[in-house]
Amino acid sequence: MHLDRAHVEHIALLARLELTADEIALFQQQLSSILGHVAVLQELDTRQIPPTAQVIPRQTVLREDESRPSLAPDLALANAPETEENLFKVPPVFEEFPVTP
Amino acid sequence: MTWAELTIHEAVAALRRGEVSAVELTEAVLQTIQDRDPAVRAYLTVAADSALEAARTIDAARARGEPLGPLAGAPLAVKDNILTAGLRTTCASRLLENFVPVEDATVVRRLKAAGAIIIGKTNLDEFAMGSSCEYSAFFPTRNPWALDRVPGGSSGGSAAAVAADMALGALGSDTGGSVRLPASFCGIVGLKPTYGRVSRYGLVAFASSLDQIGPMTKDVTDCALLLNVIAGHDPLDATSLDWPVPDYTRALVPEVRGLRIGLPREYHGEGIEPGVRAAITRALQQLAAMGAIIEETSLPHTRYALDAYYIIAPAEASANLARYDGVRYGLSLRDGDVWTMVARTRGRGFGPEVKRRIMLGTYVLSAGYYEAYYLQAQKVRTLIKQDFDRAFAAFDLLLAPTCPTVAFRLGERLADPLAMYLSDVFTVTVNIAGIPALVVPCGLADGLPVGLQLLGPPGGEERLLHVGYALEQALGRLRRPAG
Repeated sequence: MHLDRAHVEHIALLARLELTADEIALFQQQLSSILGHVAVLQELDTRQIPPTAQVIPRQTVLREDESRPSLAPDLALANAPETEENLFKVPPVFEEFPVTP
Repeated sequence: MTWAELTIHEAVAALRRGEVSAVELTEAVLQTIQDRDPAVRAYLTVAADSALEAARTIDAARARGEPLGPLAGAPLAVKDNILTAGLRTTCASRLLENFVPVEDATVVRRLKAAGAIIIGKTNLDEFAMGSSCEYSAFFPTRNPWALDRVPGGSSGGSAAAVAADMALGALGSDTGGSVRLPASFCGIVGLKPTYGRVSRYGLVAFASSLDQIGPMTKDVTDCALLLNVIAGHDPLDATSLDWPVPDYTRALVPEVRGLRIGLPREYHGEGIEPGVRAAITRALQQLAAMGAIIEETSLPHTRYALDAYYIIAPAEASANLARYDGVRYGLSLRDGDVWTMVARTRGRGFGPEVKRRIMLGTYVLSAGYYEAYYLQAQKVRTLIKQDFDRAFAAFDLLLAPTCPTVAFRLGERLADPLAMYLSDVFTVTVNIAGIPALVVPCGLADGLPVGLQLLGPPGGEERLLHVGYALEQALGRLRRPAG
C-alpha cells in the first residue's frame, strides 16, 4: 500500500489538520506502512459475516421526555477561548471555505 | 514502612481502628510523591490542598460518628483523561493544557461519595493513545522498577503511582490494553471491566465502542473494592449496562478446584520472551496443583485482531477528536479565518501519535476506502467475538500473557509506530469483544514484573477476581526492591 503525497494532503484537509511538510512526508511513509500491515484483513472471506459496531446487548436507550437541570451558561462558557454575550465567539466563518482538491 | 505502603483495604481498616487519620495517611502519600515523583514523574497535577481538605472532612465526620463510605480516607489517583471538577484535566495534551472541567466524571463522583480522596491526576500517552507513556506532551513517566524502562501505557502514570506507593490505588482507562499493559509492566493488579459495566460519562472519549475505565491496585482485594464503587448503571451513559452490581469482595475465595481454564494457543506460541513464558508457566502449574482443569484451546482469528483494532480505534478517534476545534475550550490559535483557526489549533495542539491516528482514522472512513478497511474490520470484530463465545461455552475463563515482553526501555519503540502497536497484541482482543480481563502479577523476569491476564465472558468479573485472588494468595504479591 503506497499513499502519494497529494493523498496525504487530502486526508489532512478532511481531518482539518495543518501539517508541516516534514509531517506530510513522515505520515506518507508511516501510514503506507501501517496500511500495508492491516491489509492482511483482506484475506478473510467475510461476505456472510455481519459487522459488529458495538458489543453490548442494549439497543437505543431512551429517557422520559421531561426537562431536567442542565449546565448553566457561565459554566458552559467557563473554558471558552473568547466569548461575547453568553456566546462562543469565533473568527469570521463565511469569508472563504476550503474546497476539496 | 510508611502509611503510604498500605493497600486500600489495609488503610481503610487502620482508619476505622483509629491507628491513623485520613490527614496522616494523605500526608504520608504526599511525602512519598515529594520523595519519588521527581524521578518517576507519574503525576501531571498533585492536588495537595484539596486532598488534605477532603481528608480533614473525613476525619471530622469520623470523629462525629457519622457513617462513612467504603473508601473513606483512601488517597487515590485518577488518570488525567477522567474529568475532575475544578482540577485541571489535560489528557497529557497541549490542546487541553489549561482545561478545568466544570463537573466530575461519574466514576469520580462515586469515588468521592465513597469517601475516597483524590490525590492527583496521572500522566498518560496523549489522549490515551500509546503503549509506553512516552507520547505524553509534557514528559514521559518512568517505571518505578527500573527508571530506564517505560511503565507501559497509556495509563502509565496511574500504574507507576500505585507501584511506587504514591497512591493507594488508581483509576485508568483501557481502550486496547491501557490499564492492563502498565499494570503488567509495573507489577500491579489491573482490571478492564466488561464494556458498559463502568460509566464512561466524563471519560474523555478516544474510541467509544472500546473505552472502559478500570481499577489499578496493589492487590486483587482492592480491585474488588474499587469495582464495587465504580460499577453500575448510569443514566448519563447510554452504553451503561443495567445489570445488578454484586459485592465483588464476596468472590475472593482461594479455591479453584474444578474450574476450567483454557489456554488459547495463539497467545502462548512464538515471540514470547523466555522469562515471561517461565513466569506464566509457574502460575499455570500452581493453578493445576490447586485443582484447576487446564486445557489448550484456540481463538483462530486472534492474528487479525491487532489489524482490526488499528482500523476501528483510529476511525472512532478521528470522529471523537473532531470536537477539538478551538471554539469552546482548549487551545485556540486565532490568526486567520475560522478554518485556519481549526486546522492550526489541531495541527499544533495535537502531538505526533494523535495526529497519526486521526489521519489513519480519517483515511479508513473516507469515500472509497470505508468498505475495504472499516467495514471489513467490523466484520472481523464479529469473528473475534464469535471465537470468544465458543471458547466460553467450554471454559470458565481463559489465561494468557498480558504482553510478550517485560517493560521495554524508553525510546526503544518510538521510531517505529508498528513496533509500539505490537505491545498490544494480546490485549486488544478483549476490547474488540467487550469482555472483561484481569491482570495479576505472577513473577519476575530479569528483575522486571510479569503480569498474567485472565479473560472472562461478559459480566465475568467475579470469576476473574476469584481466580486472581486465589493465584495472588498462592504466589504472593510482588515486592519492589527498596529505593
